Amino acid sequence: MDWPSRGLLSTLANKRSGSGKLKMGTRRTSLPADTGLLDKKMAACLSAIAETADREAFRIVFDFYGPRVKGFLMRSGGNAARAEELTQETMAMVWRKAGLFDPQKASASTWIFTIARNLRIDAFRRERHPEIDPDDPVLQMSTPPEPHDKLAGEQDAAHLVKAMAELSDAEQRLLAMAYYEDKSQSKIAAELGLPLGTVKSRMRLIFIKLRARLQTVVRDTP
Amino acid sequence: MTASHHVSDELLLAYEAGSLAEGWSLAVATHLSFCPDCRARARQAAALGGALLATLDAVPLADHAFEAVLARIGAPAPASNGAAVRPVASAVPAPLRDYVGADLNAVRWKRIGTAGYQALIPTGDGQTSVRLLRIPAGQPVPEHGHRGLELTVVLRGMLVDGQERFGVGEIEEANDELEHQPCAGAEEDCICLAVTDAPLRFKSRLVRLVQPFLGI
Ligand SMILES: [Zn+2]
Repeated sequence: MDWPSRGLLSTLANKRSGSGKLKMGTRRTSLPADTGLLDKKMAACLSAIAETADREAFRIVFDFYGPRVKGFLMRSGGNAARAEELTQETMAMVWRKAGLFDPQKASASTWIFTIARNLRIDAFRRERHPEIDPDDPVLQMSTPPEPHDKLAGEQDAAHLVKAMAELSDAEQRLLAMAYYEDKSQSKIAAELGLPLGTVKSRMRLIFIKLRARLQTVVRDTP
Repeated sequence: MTASHHVSDELLLAYEAGSLAEGWSLAVATHLSFCPDCRARARQAAALGGALLATLDAVPLADHAFEAVLARIGAPAPASNGAAVRPVASAVPAPLRDYVGADLNAVRWKRIGTAGYQALIPTGDGQTSVRLLRIPAGQPVPEHGHRGLELTVVLRGMLVDGQERFGVGEIEEANDELEHQPCAGAEEDCICLAVTDAPLRFKSRLVRLVQPFLGI
């Protein structure tokens, strides 16, 4: 593989992120003490919102995710005012859709990420994000029935964050460009001066690496 | 290239990251509706987004943002999952149903080339070309080369491309190098969702002549 030196890409990343810091992993960012615990707490809050329209629970979710969603939207190219507006819309949507949250399928963080992501696509690009409907009878046609996906569940969020922190700076930079900065793989390729095929294969490697790490963790933890 | 009949990792990542254009995303979501394996991988890719969100630095919200959101919510009780619309029994998966309706027979087909029909599907991305193709049993899709990516999801019948056979719900991800000749299976007409990122360059002279009038 023709990986450029770590130094080169780190310089690139530092230049682009402005502050001279990558803010993606434990390497440089302090994490919530226990991500797994956090997700459990947030999942319980979402259930309370769905079941009893619990405003205290909503406040907890709001205080943690609101500012992070705003950070996410600002990194996606929104100015502060637009990011604020979309964040409020996201949080209102979290309240309204809380009954659809399924902790078996996604962590609270993942669920809220997808809501913010879809609003971003709609607001910034005027596009839709076509998605499966969990109640679609077509899904039932597929056999065998889906196994419970341990990796997406709440107790695995912590492992995922750890695994991400172990990625190289260059790999973290690629993830950030795709997830935060709304950049297509061809745009990423153009910005980094790499062939599209290289960006694709690196993305694939990152995904495989994270999944492999997760499976190890899952196996090692009875 | 070896055909996997599934969505590649890099495409799934882009889909869950939200950086994939609408047309491609429609093909991905359509395949996901049929495929539990890819759904499981998609959830992992989405989980990356969640983990990234949780580790992001917080940017303070405006004063009274919480009160503003409460006001926005208005009604006291959130909509529960009981409000979900009753699902329609249809061979067209939900994400695609939003674009073409639930009945493939009711689609307004237009002739393409000498054998085949298509129905264009408008999207908001301005960079993909999305259509349903209906190819009579045993007939080839008019010969074409393409630049960039091409995604095809089979909705009815069978698509045969060289040694590969794609059944209902399976996806073919073809890149620029692939000079291929997909055909409908011999048993029945094939209907598929086809997404490309560049106008197809049909090689058949006849088709090339009428290409401007078909808008393809
Ligand atoms: Zn699949």
